[in-house]
Amino acid sequence: MMYLKAFIFSGLICLICQVILDNTKVTPGHITSTLTVIGAILSFLGIYGKIVDCFGAGATILISNFGHMLYEGAITGFEECGALGIFTGMLSNPGISLVSVIVFSFIFTILFKAKD
Amino acid sequence: MNRDEYQKLVKKMSPKEPKLRNAIVAFLTGGLVAFIGEVIINILMNSFGLARVDSYAWLSFILILFATFMTATGKFDSLVSKAKCGLIIPTTGFAHSIQSAALDYKRDGFITGIGANLFKLAGSVILYGIVSAFFLAILKVAIYG
Repeated sequence: MMYLKAFIFSGLICLICQVILDNTKVTPGHITSTLTVIGAILSFLGIYGKIVDCFGAGATILISNFGHMLYEGAITGFEECGALGIFTGMLSNPGISLVSVIVFSFIFTILFKAKD
Repeated sequence: MNRDEYQKLVKKMSPKEPKLRNAIVAFLTGGLVAFIGEVIINILMNSFGLARVDSYAWLSFILILFATFMTATGKFDSLVSKAKCGLIIPTTGFAHSIQSAALDYKRDGFITGIGANLFKLAGSVILYGIVSAFFLAILKVAIYG
């Protein structure tokens, strides 16, 4: 059941984005940035956590989860060590995505050549 | 031929995007990535005994490893141009944009090439994500304490 829910949720978001991309002049950069902000806002409203509980990987693989993790990290940091925690905690959860993408892209850029 | 006529001609001659097919393909690929993600989550939880929250982090790690490797070996570009949003909206798109920017600017050297252009495409996601999350966190703290 979880598989089906994840499939449909993620698929629907991708479908909506594809329809917006095809019918307006926005670029993929606009869409991914907007989705990240939407993820942060939904997390602020307390909705994104419920979406993750309901749709599982369908919600966490999307780029909007990045905004959700940033916001959650900031709030967790604030609860643990006050105002400074907003700054120190913000990257604690999405750090895995950021660090891994930087390390892997650096390694693979050295190992491989661009194909033209 | 005036400007309007020219615009009409351009519109008529430019190839039409198969919008319906794009939408369906995006739905299927986006859903498939989530489905595979859910399978990986279950494997991690059942075989490795990880908590669900930890397996989400490992899942994004695995997806990023997969997307950067496929982009570096040159197989991902054709997939993205076919699946479009189905692969751009998941984390794979984020990794793809960073990896392809790094490869494209490799010839300009380590500092002015890779270093300066690594976040050329994905930088806006990080910028607006952090800024919005920061102000929302401030707002939350100001309201609820």
